[in-house]
Amino acid sequence: MSEVTLNDENFNAEVLSSKTPVLVDFWASWCGPCKMQEPILEEVAALYQGKNIKIGRLNVDEAPRSANRFLVMSIPTLMIFKDGRPVEQMIGVQDKNTLINKIDKLV
Amino acid sequence: MARQKNEVIIIGGGIAAHTAALYAARAELKPIVLQAASPDQLSLTTVVENFPGFPEGILGTQLVENAKKQAQKFGAQYVLAQADSFDIKKDYFEIVAGKEVYQALTVIIATGAAARRLDVPGEDKYFGRGVSTCATCDAAFYRDREAVVVGGGDSAMEETLALYKFAKKVTIIHRKNEFKASKIMQERVFSLKDKIEIIWGTEITEVLGDGQFVTGLKLKNIKTDEMSEIKTNGLFLAIGHIPNTKIFINKIQLDELGYIVTDKKSHINVNGVFAAGDCQDHIFRQAITSAGSGCQAAMEAERYIEKLKADGKV
Repeated sequence: MSEVTLNDENFNAEVLSSKTPVLVDFWASWCGPCKMQEPILEEVAALYQGKNIKIGRLNVDEAPRSANRFLVMSIPTLMIFKDGRPVEQMIGVQDKNTLINKIDKLV
Repeated sequence: MARQKNEVIIIGGGIAAHTAALYAARAELKPIVLQAASPDQLSLTTVVENFPGFPEGILGTQLVENAKKQAQKFGAQYVLAQADSFDIKKDYFEIVAGKEVYQALTVIIATGAAARRLDVPGEDKYFGRGVSTCATCDAAFYRDREAVVVGGGDSAMEETLALYKFAKKVTIIHRKNEFKASKIMQERVFSLKDKIEIIWGTEITEVLGDGQFVTGLKLKNIKTDEMSEIKTNGLFLAIGHIPNTKIFINKIQLDELGYIVTDKKSHINVNGVFAAGDCQDHIFRQAITSAGSGCQAAMEAERYIEKLKADGKV
């Protein structure tokens, strides 16, 4: 499963109503560390292709309501949503192994 | 079964590592770069105005990205992995990163430095909830809010200027009664009196919050010990750095602050290992000096490998 582009319009459908857990990367174009997160997330997405997890990216400039709603004050922030609720929150760039461990615990 | 050894492994992901990778790749040493997830200093900054060759300045993120691309163009291979351990073997070095084991004839350490924490109550609890080490990342969340920057160097000035664009008010809190930042950066901050306040001779003793976000700070006047409180939505840390050298403790020589001890040629106390960038420099810490030391380390690594080959050791 490749990464899903999230915004304020599709957040409910893609994340909160999702049947599978969703890993969401809150990012912005002006954030250097967010750029470091991107290729790591791509590797993780490739690893979980076809597996029971959705991976999405949310640009906080383009989707400020969703970022506000989940109290994002620092980016990159990564959250895992399960059954419509955030169950895991990570602040700052996360390495591949950390993400794999968090996902495997939940899926 | 003998594992094929790499000629050069570079640990790091900043301008020092990329420059070392560029030179090593051009010397056909086929460098492998182990790049961890911790952001390098240039990725946390805005416009770099003092890197020669860019009269209009260049974004820090752009500069490191360009350097990485340039190294990749000449064949440097990047692996996104954190080096978890480093060991000195009889005639090679071994690095474990995640589930992979890497062996190399030479290692260039360019692991950089990370922002120093205050180490006061509330700081960890509210990290990412108002406490931040990256104003360029998080300043935009402070539109119509107030923020505090702690520190007195160039990075404190830069964090202040990044926040100034968004915040209602920025307060700088500094332990001393003068800044050590460069003159030009200080003057920029001093010229923006409308929204910037400076509290001198004061330290932060606690980060206060409402359970969700930062709401204020407890302060102590260093001279009088007088305690006070300030209301704020955010605290940006710019109180210096600590070198990322944990995996090298007891393996190579570090100074009392944890920086790798190098000589003029970027050699360390172990033959075949070289160090570059902020992990070995707490004096200059500039993009250009980091790049320079990365270049030196790679050229010395090349010389070392040539000698091994000439001596018939590889």
